[in-house]
Amino acid sequence: MKNEPLAVQKPLFTLDRAKVVPALVGKPDDFLIVTGLAGAVYEIAALTNHADYFYGLGGSMGAACMMGLGLALAQPKRKILVVTGDGELLMSLGSLCTIATVNPPNLSILCVDNGHYGETGYQRSHTSRGVDLAAIARGAGIRRVHSVIAEEDVAAGAQMLRGDGDTCFVLASVKPTDGPKGKLNLFGDECRTIFRRALLGPA
Amino acid sequence: MSGGSVEPKRWQDEMYDELRKANVTQFCYVPDAGHTIIINRSLADTGVHSIGLTSEEEGVALLAGADLGGARGVLLMQSSGVGNCINMLSLIEGSRFPFLAIVSMRGQFGEGNAWQFAMGQAVETVLSAMGVICLKVDRPEDVVQTIQAALTMTFKSGRAVAVLLCQKLLGAKKF
Repeated sequence: MKNEPLAVQKPLFTLDRAKVVPALVGKPDDFLIVTGLAGAVYEIAALTNHADYFYGLGGSMGAACMMGLGLALAQPKRKILVVTGDGELLMSLGSLCTIATVNPPNLSILCVDNGHYGETGYQRSHTSRGVDLAAIARGAGIRRVHSVIAEEDVAAGAQMLRGDGDTCFVLASVKPTDGPKGKLNLFGDECRTIFRRALLGPA
Repeated sequence: MSGGSVEPKRWQDEMYDELRKANVTQFCYVPDAGHTIIINRSLADTGVHSIGLTSEEEGVALLAGADLGGARGVLLMQSSGVGNCINMLSLIEGSRFPFLAIVSMRGQFGEGNAWQFAMGQAVETVLSAMGVICLKVDRPEDVVQTIQAALTMTFKSGRAVAVLLCQKLLGAKKF
């Protein structure tokens, strides 16, 4: 992966998340999935039809990546996918440092970056003012990092999320729009029970 | 055992052994003098994950993820780190994740650094407000039964529990 300065990169925030996220995730039930709140949780709830291998946050902003780490260490034989957004990740940048030091090979992080806080009225986030989360992931020490900025970057991103060897981080730069907005189960205790029962059997 | 005196086990070692007996396999922490022995034990133990954090709230989320995967963990932190966890504890309360923290207290008995009092004195109020049950330990002989009680409350009854290792137990840092 080339480390090009932002100025010579392709234009950001042009991809359609409704196409790019499903293309990057592929067959979702190959993963155990944890998502951050807002865009990510709506998107994956719709993509998986509220499946029992998916736990999505409705609050506790900043928790998704570290939950993914705890799950990855607990389930070393399963592939763990964290789906987060730019706002959620900006609140927990230290998590990338912590995750890089542990570097579980079965953890993949997908950040859907629309440059905005969609849930609160589309205020701009720092990523639309020059902050490059992929560069931060590299700087944190994540060994496999890829930015999906144009259509031609998607295949390599999908491949990386399913690859082996080191924790990976894929940034998808998308238009400032929402994911599909369906109903969410906002009762976290139910979501926990459903997820654990499917993975671990009856308590 | 033949002859010679046997060194009494340090209470920190007993605490670690209790955690391992209860199958705790994820130890996370921001480095702290009060937790040195238990952190070093976890680093030397190939049967556990020993995870340094940049901020204590990361540990709250880590333990929730561990529980989703059927594993048990503990967050080791100083009293000042409790404040960093407040909003993240909504994850524990909201999803009823079991949660175990061991807190080395500052800002209490004999504290010589004025900076430590604000958070140290607020620990119980803050944790209680977020639904975490506090079990205080003042004496070395109470450590084992307190940690056993906390392990049962956390992993059998699914509660959020913090064991507070008070400054009377730990001894105040000299200034």
